[in-house]
Amino acid sequence: MTGFDWGVIVRALPFLWDGMKVSLMLTGAGVLGGVLLGTVLAIMRLSPYRALSVAAAAYVTTFRSLPLILILFWFYFLVPLALGRPVGAFASAVIAFILFEAAYFGEIIRAGISSVRRGQLLAAKASGMTHLQALRLVVLPQAFRAMTPVMLTQSIVMFQDTSLVYVITLRDFMTVASIVAGRDGRVVELYTFAAVVYFVICFSASLAVRSLCRPAIA
Amino acid sequence: MSAAVILAEGVEKWFGAAHVLKGCSLSVSRGEVVVICGPSGSGKSTFIKCMNGLEPFQRGRILVEGVSVGEPATDLPKLRARIGMVFQHFELYPHKSVIENITLAPMHVLKRSRGEAEDGARALLRRVGLADKDRAFPSELSGGQQQRVAIARALAMEPVAMLFDEPTSALDPEMISEVLDVIGQLAAEGMTMVVVTHEMGFARAAADRVAFMDAGRVLEDRPTAEFFENPEAGRSKMFLSKILRH
Repeated sequence: MTGFDWGVIVRALPFLWDGMKVSLMLTGAGVLGGVLLGTVLAIMRLSPYRALSVAAAAYVTTFRSLPLILILFWFYFLVPLALGRPVGAFASAVIAFILFEAAYFGEIIRAGISSVRRGQLLAAKASGMTHLQALRLVVLPQAFRAMTPVMLTQSIVMFQDTSLVYVITLRDFMTVASIVAGRDGRVVELYTFAAVVYFVICFSASLAVRSLCRPAIA
Repeated sequence: MSAAVILAEGVEKWFGAAHVLKGCSLSVSRGEVVVICGPSGSGKSTFIKCMNGLEPFQRGRILVEGVSVGEPATDLPKLRARIGMVFQHFELYPHKSVIENITLAPMHVLKRSRGEAEDGARALLRRVGLADKDRAFPSELSGGQQQRVAIARALAMEPVAMLFDEPTSALDPEMISEVLDVIGQLAAEGMTMVVVTHEMGFARAAADRVAFMDAGRVLEDRPTAEFFENPEAGRSKMFLSKILRH
């Protein structure tokens, strides 16, 4: 048995960093798009109009019943078909993540909106605001404040889930680590390094979430 | 006799199977102060929330300055912008400072500039005796102070009438008078208002008329002096004797 060669990681760092950029961009796009679409879903789901709430509920139930890996596959093959031209693995992955995460963020935001006293909505409407103004100016800021810890935790989970894009040949951090591991025959070094990187990022993000939330509770 | 600012006729409302308003009528003229009293569960809070369309109702009609609240075509936000409302639990926006609470609707509904809205807000804060609290947050204020800010917030829209839904019921006893003083001051200045309250001392001093509600009906609606000296309905006699005993 030969000794470990950690130098392989140093040599592969630029390549690994490219992968990390893909992972971070996917996470960023997924969180941003997921929160935006999730907010719309939450408002629809709490709407007094039955058609809207049923449509939103159906969406959420569907996406939460399917494994992420299946949705990634599906959009990788479906989006080019629908558009009639190839869009690339990154674009289809971004769409898949946004649509998938929106179902989860939507439920988080719905709980957040429900946690705001009904009187707040009434007071805002009594002052002449429209329903959407009352939501945007009064209810949602309070809902997001209450939901920030859960949303950040969901974002951390999503960051880990981006590693699934290896199934559609997208070169995220995990995929790049696998490629280097196979190419240079350094499986132990690369997978250990990948594990440490994921752990450090996710653990420090969790710590940040916890310290961020302390003043919010007070 | 000027035209009614708020006119309710035969309003009926069901919460599911519960018939909570059974044909309530009330007319409030410009400058008039009407107190609605009655035992809890009599429907008075629901009735007052129907007046600006916060609660839907199934039968009857309510006109605010001649505009029908229950019509689907009615622009309710526009109608509500002309009617101030003060709630039992204040409902100040906890994520906004006192001055932001007051300027929010003027800026977003009336499209006032920030400077203009803040000038108005400061003047109102002086009027309710809280000029120094403009940068405070609701959680830093006492209940009485919060309710006075809520009154200033409603006045910032320059309403033609004010609705008060049990404005002192959630207050500690020592804070009730500071809020009633502000409401009484408004009444004296000629503000049109409907006040749901158990404060009979306030009713006697400030109201032009007192309406007594029980079990979803308006049982009496009479000038204040008459109501207190000679209540007609047996239920209001009983209610008064209970509430005025101490």
